Amino acid sequence: MNIDNQAVVKTKVVVVGNGMVGHHFVEQLVELSNSEQTVEITVLCAESRLAYDRVHLSEYFAGKSAEDLAMTDEKTYQQWQVNFAVDAKVSHIDKAQGFVETEQGKRYHYDKLVLATGSYPFVPPIPGKDREHCLVYRTIDDLDAIQASADKSKVGVVIGGGLLGLEAANALKQLGLKTHVVEFAPQLMGVQVDAGGGRLLKSKIEQLGVQVHTSKATNEIVDGEHCRYKLCFSDGSELETDLILFSAGIRPFDNLAREFDLVIGERGGIVINNQCQTSDNNIYAIGECALWSNFIFGLVAPGYAMAKVAAKHILGEEQHFTGADMSTKLKLMGVDVGSIGDAHAKTSGSLCYTYENQPNGVYKKIVVNAEKTKLLGAVLIGDTSEYDTLLQYMLNAIDLPESPESLILPMAADKPALGVDALPDSATICSCHNVTKGDIVSAIDNGACSVGDIKTCTKASSGCGGCTALVKNVTDSLLEQRGVEVKKDICEHFAHSRRELFDIVKVEKITTFEQLLSSHGKGLGCEVCKPLTASILASVWNDYILDKSHVGLQDTNDNYLANMQKDGTYSVVPRIAGGEITPDKLIVLGEVAKKYNLYTKITGGQRVDLFGARVEQLPPIWQELIDAGFETGHAYGKSLRTVKSCVGSSWCRYGVQDSISMAILLENRYKGLRAPHKIKFAVSGCTRECAEAQSKDIGIIATEKGWNLYVCGNGGMKPRHGDLFTTDLDDKTLIKYIDRILMFYVNTGDRLQRTSVWMDNLEGGLSYLQDVVIEDSLQIADELEKQMQLIVGSYQCEWKTTLANPQALKRFKPFVNSDKSDTNIQFVEERQQIRPAYQHERIAVNIAENRVTQSPKIVEPV
Amino acid sequence: MSLKTVTQWPSSLEDQQWQTVCQMEDLISNSGVCALLEQSDKTVVDEQVAIFHLPDTEQQVYAIGNYDPIGKANVLYRGIVGSIGENLVVASPLFKQHFSLQTGQCLQQDISVKNYPVRIMNQQVQLLV
Ligand code: SRM
Ligand SMILES: Cc1cc2nc3c(=O)[nH]c(=O)nc-3n(C[C@H](O)[C@H](O)[C@H](O)COP(=O)(O)OP(=O)(O)OC[C@H]3O[C@@H](n4cnc5c(N)ncnc54)[C@H](O)[C@@H]3O)c2cc1C
Ligand code: SF4
Ligand code: FES
Repeated sequence: MNIDNQAVVKTKVVVVGNGMVGHHFVEQLVELSNSEQTVEITVLCAESRLAYDRVHLSEYFAGKSAEDLAMTDEKTYQQWQVNFAVDAKVSHIDKAQGFVETEQGKRYHYDKLVLATGSYPFVPPIPGKDREHCLVYRTIDDLDAIQASADKSKVGVVIGGGLLGLEAANALKQLGLKTHVVEFAPQLMGVQVDAGGGRLLKSKIEQLGVQVHTSKATNEIVDGEHCRYKLCFSDGSELETDLILFSAGIRPFDNLAREFDLVIGERGGIVINNQCQTSDNNIYAIGECALWSNFIFGLVAPGYAMAKVAAKHILGEEQHFTGADMSTKLKLMGVDVGSIGDAHAKTSGSLCYTYENQPNGVYKKIVVNAEKTKLLGAVLIGDTSEYDTLLQYMLNAIDLPESPESLILPMAADKPALGVDALPDSATICSCHNVTKGDIVSAIDNGACSVGDIKTCTKASSGCGGCTALVKNVTDSLLEQRGVEVKKDICEHFAHSRRELFDIVKVEKITTFEQLLSSHGKGLGCEVCKPLTASILASVWNDYILDKSHVGLQDTNDNYLANMQKDGTYSVVPRIAGGEITPDKLIVLGEVAKKYNLYTKITGGQRVDLFGARVEQLPPIWQELIDAGFETGHAYGKSLRTVKSCVGSSWCRYGVQDSISMAILLENRYKGLRAPHKIKFAVSGCTRECAEAQSKDIGIIATEKGWNLYVCGNGGMKPRHGDLFTTDLDDKTLIKYIDRILMFYVNTGDRLQRTSVWMDNLEGGLSYLQDVVIEDSLQIADELEKQMQLIVGSYQCEWKTTLANPQALKRFKPFVNSDKSDTNIQFVEERQQIRPAYQHERIAVNIAENRVTQSPKIVEPV
Repeated sequence: MSLKTVTQWPSSLEDQQWQTVCQMEDLISNSGVCALLEQSDKTVVDEQVAIFHLPDTEQQVYAIGNYDPIGKANVLYRGIVGSIGENLVVASPLFKQHFSLQTGQCLQQDISVKNYPVRIMNQQVQLLV
């Protein structure tokens, strides 16, 4: 045999910068060169951590940790055999000998060099700009500095009213500062938005409590009188502040190219060709440091496209970067903003249509060509519902309708809905991952048959998520065209809807999951169909849910009769019907919480939640609660939660009925009822509605003559006011109607469908439900009442049953072979109570306890 | 039911040995329990293993790491078990990602947990560790 014994010579690729784009490049190169192992990758990273998600940087202030934002970690790079160094800023390039050198003097040889150095915030040369509390907003370290400064500040100013400036202003506001935005230009977001849009944006943002100062040039930063600093403007006015954040644009990190003779643009940026090569063939530049066709792209999607092109080119494949669309849709401080294409109508001959609704804070403009046949751009403030459609018109040069204004006018009856079919195959559906309609078509040709499949095989909608609705529409419509029924199946194991399974269980008298699976399903089941079946079995037969045959079916919350928290501990919520509690019972709650060191909070449902119980502590805690007369609150179940009450006629000077007694009666009647989703009630003693009954699934408001019944209200993600079902009911009729309504919902609702959504999807809506319940139009009222009676009659406190069942209790032991506790659960103290330690506060367990020196206050388990 | 089991048994067992962790009767059918592999070396964290009993499958007993690398908590044994296509899986009780019981691989993300070869000897559950 004649095997060349020498190792294959690998191409040495050195990547300078490990931002979002640099990391994406590494990912692409690893993936593309997978089988061949022909490249050896080295990543040099100036920051002290590997790549993280800068786009979602602001979420750091909303509680996300650096780990949450991380896009990779050391282990992953090691697995990929990627060499890397952090805190390694490159300061020298030797093109002739092919190496780079870091500030520390370490050299790395390359065959191909990739510059992905991104950009840095521009700080205008204002005297005083280098003072201690003058900061920028770009990296996690910047955010730490802002946080630290904000802790010692009351007022904050952002200099720069562009997109990033407004995002930074929002962060300052969230940090509790009185916030100002100072903008040099006469309007906000001048790049994306026109003057009219800017005006509206300003007024909306001011309504949110952020003061906006436009047309202000800052001359100087000096000591303040009331605050730390004072900004002096060219027009003589002044503004006092403790903290200053510069967000006056970004500048490409092109210093390496500048110093080591690569061609750069007139106003900066490393010049690249369509293959992302710089003026030196062996050196590439990608992302925000690169200048393509005299343009720098300040968004991540074009950077990703460059990364892909460069990776392919290095592996010998020809691909072209051909520019990218800069349209954006975002929510700034809760204000919807959209900008598409030529927002400023700069194209010669272009014409505009504008719609402004000041009372509602909506501004929309479209820019069309002189012939009024194509869309060139758009600005949307306050309502971006037309963004997707408009973007497709622009990107795909789709012919405009006769009167283009109908695209943005509200109430235009003939508003042309842009059917998905109208999109050409080249239409970009997901710009983050560059997925076109054609890509989705071919994925379906290759067997994808659901939105989930499309997401897995094309990655569509796994970036910013902005395209989720469009991806679903396109996929569903394409599938329908092919005669694929868009399935209502609950999961791959059952070709049935929840309603069908409910009927099957009832009619065939099925009592276990195994029976149902073997007669109507396939496979072994999953986390969707198992809890669903458990819920149906409980609704129909009301067996003990931790019965041996049901145990494996329950969601973890039902399974341990408590709500799992983020660290694997549980919360304990005893029932406090109607929110009424005796002082003695309140003391018991306090004593139990103290004994087991549980975090204690009053919930939004008028009861008390005790958090941080380890799985093995649940039985003893519940034993004490039950001994004191408490019972389970079903906070873990898709079942009745709470019946909120107000004090009503027993105390309140306005009350006209005894709302507390009614609330307690209802809570005790329906407790334990399992349903498609959770159910909440409230009872108010008069029309002042202190119990907020109209936001509940079942809401009851007292009248002089009895009770008004409201149905299908919802708080939560999509609030819905309850519909007035009927008025002035006596106690007995009230209960009869509620029995029927709830049981009808239990019989017909979809999985995880609250009553509000159920009502919205009920054909015939409210009047149909009134017919069924009041007129008994389906002749099922008796049956519904009987079903409810079975449930009410067979109620048991699941915790009481569990405590009497040694077999069930065994499962609360954390380990089958040890009496130890889970050492990974760690608490720290905050406001005199425990809370789970954040990642950065954790101490490594077992690693020699005596070595922990910077010790956070760890609270010992009881 | 004939779902394929594909556990690869390591060919070289030199450094590894079978360790009994519990009895068959400690398992809960169609559900999970957790066992602790205590480490003699005190500087190393004890290993937690999630053990699942699926009586309707060929291999019957499966063992994977208990730590959910996505939710970052020791909870996998408290998930619901089942199948996704040909894969036997547990769904994390925190955020519902599926982990293969046979390989430890997460089906939704490029991340995996350890998996342990299991055998049953005289009603004892043994892991190769
Ligand atoms: C504890 C509590 C917050 C608090 O500190 O006050 C709470 C906590 C949780 N809520 Fe809530 N909700 C709590 C009152 C509410 C309320 C207010 C109310 O009930 O009056 C609402 C709005 C009213 C409504 O539901 O219409 C509310 C709307 C939600 C929603 C959104 C539901 C929706 O239809 O949009 C969810 C998510 C879901 O259920 O899918 C949710 C889910 C949750 C979960 C289960 C999230 C989770 O999976 O971990 C939280 C776990 C509780 C636990 O571990 O004990 N929670 N939640 C409140 C417990 C009330 C109680 O005593 O049982
Ligand atoms: C708060 C914020 C919100 C944003 N929101 C969005 C959004 O919603 N949508 C969107 O598309 N974009 C958004 N962006 C922009 C987006 O983050 C950038 O387009 C993207 O991060 C650019 O990636 P990059 O890799 O080119 O540069 P960067 O992510 O900046 O990475 C460059 C890295 O190179 C390092 N580096 C520089 N010089 C050297 C050197 N000499 N040696 C070694 N390392 C070096 C830097 O320290 C840095 O870590 C946002 C940016 C910010 C700051
Ligand atoms: S709803 Fe009416 S009765 Fe109840 S507390 Fe408010 S004012 Fe009083
Ligand atoms: S456009 Fe961002 S995920 Fe698709």
